[in-house]
Amino acid sequence: MSDWIEACAADDIDEEDVIRFDHAGRSFAIYRSPEDEFFATDGLCTHEQIHLSQGLVMGDIIECPKHNGRFNYKTGAARGAPVCVNLQTYPVKVDAGKVFIQLGN
Amino acid sequence: MVIIGAGECGTRAAFALREEGYDGSITLVGSEPHLPYERPPLSKEAMTSGEAPSIKAIADAARLAEHRIDLKGSTTVISIDRANRSVRLGDGSDLAYDKLLVATGSIPRKLPMSGLGARCVYLRTFDDALLIRQYLREDVRIAIVGGGFIGFELAASARKLGAEVTVVEAQPRILMRGVPEEIAAIVHETHVTEGVEIVCGDGIAAIEDDGNLVRIALSSGRTVVADLAIIGIGAVPVTALAETAGLALNNGISVDARLRTSDPHIFAAGDCCSFPLAVYGHRRVRLEAWRSAQEHGALAARNMLGAEEAHASVPWFWSDQYGLTLQIAGLPDEGERTVRRDLGDGAFILFHLKGDGRLVAASGIGPDNTVARDIRLAEMLIARSARPDLTALASTAVKLKSLLAA
Ligand SMILES: Cc1cc2nc3c(=O)[nH]c(=O)nc-3n(C[C@H](O)[C@H](O)[C@H](O)COP(=O)(O)OP(=O)(O)OC[C@H]3O[C@@H](n4cnc5c(N)ncnc54)[C@H](O)[C@@H]3O)c2cc1C
Ligand code: FES
Repeated sequence: MSDWIEACAADDIDEEDVIRFDHAGRSFAIYRSPEDEFFATDGLCTHEQIHLSQGLVMGDIIECPKHNGRFNYKTGAARGAPVCVNLQTYPVKVDAGKVFIQLGN
Repeated sequence: MVIIGAGECGTRAAFALREEGYDGSITLVGSEPHLPYERPPLSKEAMTSGEAPSIKAIADAARLAEHRIDLKGSTTVISIDRANRSVRLGDGSDLAYDKLLVATGSIPRKLPMSGLGARCVYLRTFDDALLIRQYLREDVRIAIVGGGFIGFELAASARKLGAEVTVVEAQPRILMRGVPEEIAAIVHETHVTEGVEIVCGDGIAAIEDDGNLVRIALSSGRTVVADLAIIGIGAVPVTALAETAGLALNNGISVDARLRTSDPHIFAAGDCCSFPLAVYGHRRVRLEAWRSAQEHGALAARNMLGAEEAHASVPWFWSDQYGLTLQIAGLPDEGERTVRRDLGDGAFILFHLKGDGRLVAASGIGPDNTVARDIRLAEMLIARSARPDLTALASTAVKLKSLLAA
């Protein structure tokens, strides 16, 4: 199991919003749901290599800013054309107001 | 179920039929030899990445097989027999249908004059893109006839590959159709900065193409000489099949809000049809837009299965040139007044409102996807016929999302 990586402060993300987090040459997207829970996925859309962090979060959906492809950011599931490949998700924990994500090996 | 046209719309319809639980046979008939593919990259990334364009397939053979979609490629439907509910294919065989979807798309409008030859080309298909790509390199002169989206996306790609580019537009300014002047001006400036020559307000008097060089004589007396002329003066819907079958036409195949033609067993969708747009009091429009083609495909599929669902979405369009992205939600020509919202980095959004304050369209331009989120939120406000507070629209201190909650 790899370590938890500190990504940002919980306050950096508005409710029902997303920010970009770059680490070790990779890009991730970190979400705060309307229920005030935190989630993380790969940062780039699986349709074209577009940063999802400029997209719109609605409920448990992140919509890609480029062509409006949709994913459920809690499960990574692709939820509408033109995307058909799921997003990788990562475990998240919040500790003392900071958000940590756990990257796979 | 039979679908004519394996483009963006027809392919989405085929998948949507399965997603909706339909278990019978689905035949997707398309003239082109390739797997169904996306057209938008043809003028953009596909042109500039690598030595030759590659296909961005909408679905590969495995996915088609998994969804039991029978793709008949390189196959053209030559007639529709409404009485017997069957279509005749190019090889003379017949294919029976319960419900038929016509998704034949559109093709480039031809320049109506003589003199065009092998060096005068159009861009619609992957094969067109392969041909054009061979010319895009340094020391090659490209003339683009028509200052529309495809022309300017190609101009950007051609510049990136080092070609010299001249764009000739007959109208007084570029992107006359559907793009507000303030935004067209940014596109214009950007192209000029990148070294494109743009000639506006000058028509084509004559074209001479000797197979090596194209000479374009302009009305002003000037001559533009090019190694390749790319004509991008709009598109016309592909309606011949429908017309011969006696289906009603009206700027494309005329369909109702459920995308049904004048024959209840036949639907039409995507670039080839005109339909009543509910957000604008059922104004009849024909769109040439990618997301709309997909939405149409999915809606037609549901209605072919008996859903009786009316079209409700707001048109949405994007274009990429250099590092800029332009996005438009709704049809700006519906607006009577404009409010501007500056997002920084030169990015801005114009909100187009009716005199009574109803938001009817929003158009934006900026680096990368800076305008995407606000355009998408504007689209939702338009769908709700919202009358947002004008100061809130103009001020980035107010999140557009908060207006949706109101
Ligand atoms: C170069 C280019 C760039 C574009 N960029 C953008 C963009 O940035 N943003 C945007 O929103 N839109 C863009 N578009 C528009 C978008 O691609 C179209 O709106 C969309 O493809 C329409 O889908 P369609 O399925 O209705 O038609 P099409 O994609 O044209 O598909 C129709 C298919 O039907 C086939 N067909 C026709 N007649 C028959 C027949 N009798 N039998 C069998 N098959 C037949 C055709 O061969 C074709 O493959 C672009 C288009 C082009 C060409
Ligand atoms: S890049 Fe995300 S939907 Fe196309």
